[in-house]
Amino acid sequence: MWIADRGWRIVDRTGTGVLDTLASVGAVAGFGGRFFVDAVRPPYEVNEIVRHIYQFGSRSAPLIATSGVAIGVVLSMHTRATLQRFGAEALIPSGLAVALVRETGPLTAALLVAGRVGAGIGAEVGAMRVTEQIDALEANAVDAYKYLAVTRIIALMIAMPLLTVLMDFAGIFGGYVAEAVASGMPWPLYFERSFLYLGYSDFVPATIKTVVFGYLIAVVSTYLGFTTTRGTEGVGEASTRSVVLSSILIILSDVILVKIIFFFYPQVAG
Amino acid sequence: MTRLREDASARQARLREDASARQARLRADASAGQARLREDASAGQRETAVRLEHVTKSFGDRRVLDDVSFEIPKARAFCLLGRSGTGKSVTLRHIIGLVRPDRGRVLVEGRDITVLRPRELSTVRKRMGFLFQNAALFDSMTVGDNVAFPLRRHTDLPEAAIQERVRAKLADVGLEHEAEKMPADLSGGMRKRAGLARAMALDPSILLVDEPSAGLDPITSAEIDELLVQRKREGTTLVVVTHNIPSARVVGDELALLHDGHIVARGSVADLEASTDPLVQAFMRSEGGG
Repeated sequence: MWIADRGWRIVDRTGTGVLDTLASVGAVAGFGGRFFVDAVRPPYEVNEIVRHIYQFGSRSAPLIATSGVAIGVVLSMHTRATLQRFGAEALIPSGLAVALVRETGPLTAALLVAGRVGAGIGAEVGAMRVTEQIDALEANAVDAYKYLAVTRIIALMIAMPLLTVLMDFAGIFGGYVAEAVASGMPWPLYFERSFLYLGYSDFVPATIKTVVFGYLIAVVSTYLGFTTTRGTEGVGEASTRSVVLSSILIILSDVILVKIIFFFYPQVAG
Repeated sequence: MTRLREDASARQARLREDASARQARLRADASAGQARLREDASAGQRETAVRLEHVTKSFGDRRVLDDVSFEIPKARAFCLLGRSGTGKSVTLRHIIGLVRPDRGRVLVEGRDITVLRPRELSTVRKRMGFLFQNAALFDSMTVGDNVAFPLRRHTDLPEAAIQERVRAKLADVGLEHEAEKMPADLSGGMRKRAGLARAMALDPSILLVDEPSAGLDPITSAEIDELLVQRKREGTTLVVVTHNIPSARVVGDELALLHDGHIVARGSVADLEASTDPLVQAFMRSEGGG
């Protein structure tokens, strides 16, 4: 009897949890879906979009550049250790560039932006919610979703590929630094070898997929900001959950996006 | 033991009778006030700016407004009184469409805003100003930009004219030298006044004001009251939520007392002062501000 009761309670709790999760997923999907309708309706809030692109870029660029250089150094050291065994050190620059541009750069840049910008959006919009600034926008006859969410989503969809390119170049530069120290390779040679095997199909799809990452980060963060409750504590929670949820979604969506890229560009799959 | 139980049940029965008699008296007072207003309106003395019809609203299990109805003629000041948490601010939010009622209608200048599309609702909102309880200034903008915000969004005025109007609105609330400051650098009372300047920026025909005196010193509070009275004279309809009875006496043409989700008393200052209801008396005798 006791076991049956306990078992029933576990089933009940699990069922409630699953239903709550599905409801949340539905709510986020609805929030993100509304973007495609509202983004094409005037007013277009161009000034706000430009302001956010600058803000997101200036917030993240130093972090992206520094991390890119560090990742380039580390990747170069690992690649050298492996390729040295086969006497193929000359392939270090191209191997590193392909790895960076195809996957490491876009994914790392997206995760860093989720931590830096996603947390910022969650906290900023959450604070606006709890201090009634979102209500004040509506009371001033301004569509808060368009003004706060659409502008940030567009801005991050534009900023994300730019930051990814920065990450790629910083990584290549970091690889050069490591290679210059290890083998004294000059910059022109390293640069030339980096782009030897790097084609359009390596760079363009991988960079464009970060538009989706930008969309996901901004949608999740603004949604959590818009739905913030419980004052300051809620703002902190919105900020943290923005990072966690965006990161999970980036990694999961990456699997699907890579599959799509392989479908349209079979040469990338080798 | 049996006698004690009988005493207790007799006492409970007496309390129930007292409570129901009081409720009946309050409802009778309120209906009398509402009947008088209906007569006014039917006599065509004034057009109606705002009308709530049987508005009911619950948050979770808690019913905040229960069948609330009232109407406010144009260019009149309606003060909504009541203890904290009785639904005064929720009523204001219904009027500007930030909250939709579970039941009932909210008519603003004849249009039922509960059924309007977002774009139509925006058009109605452009004719209204709202001062939030905590001012709700945009903290990423200066005070001047906060006041300029509705002007830049909804008018074609050149920037010089906008700046001129911002200066005038800030001067009205005594903040003409604070335009370049950020909201975080202002005191609570100054933020409130800046919020009022923003609410008045478009010269709205209906001004909703939530606790205008809260956090203000008596002199500034009196100045704000005077400003509201002046707006009313210029034709603005005022809906003021306040705890401040002296302020309500100055500003309000009509007062209503909200209690447990119902309007339990309604009328002019004299009507409410003459009320025999203990709750109304307690409110009208309180002189505490803010």
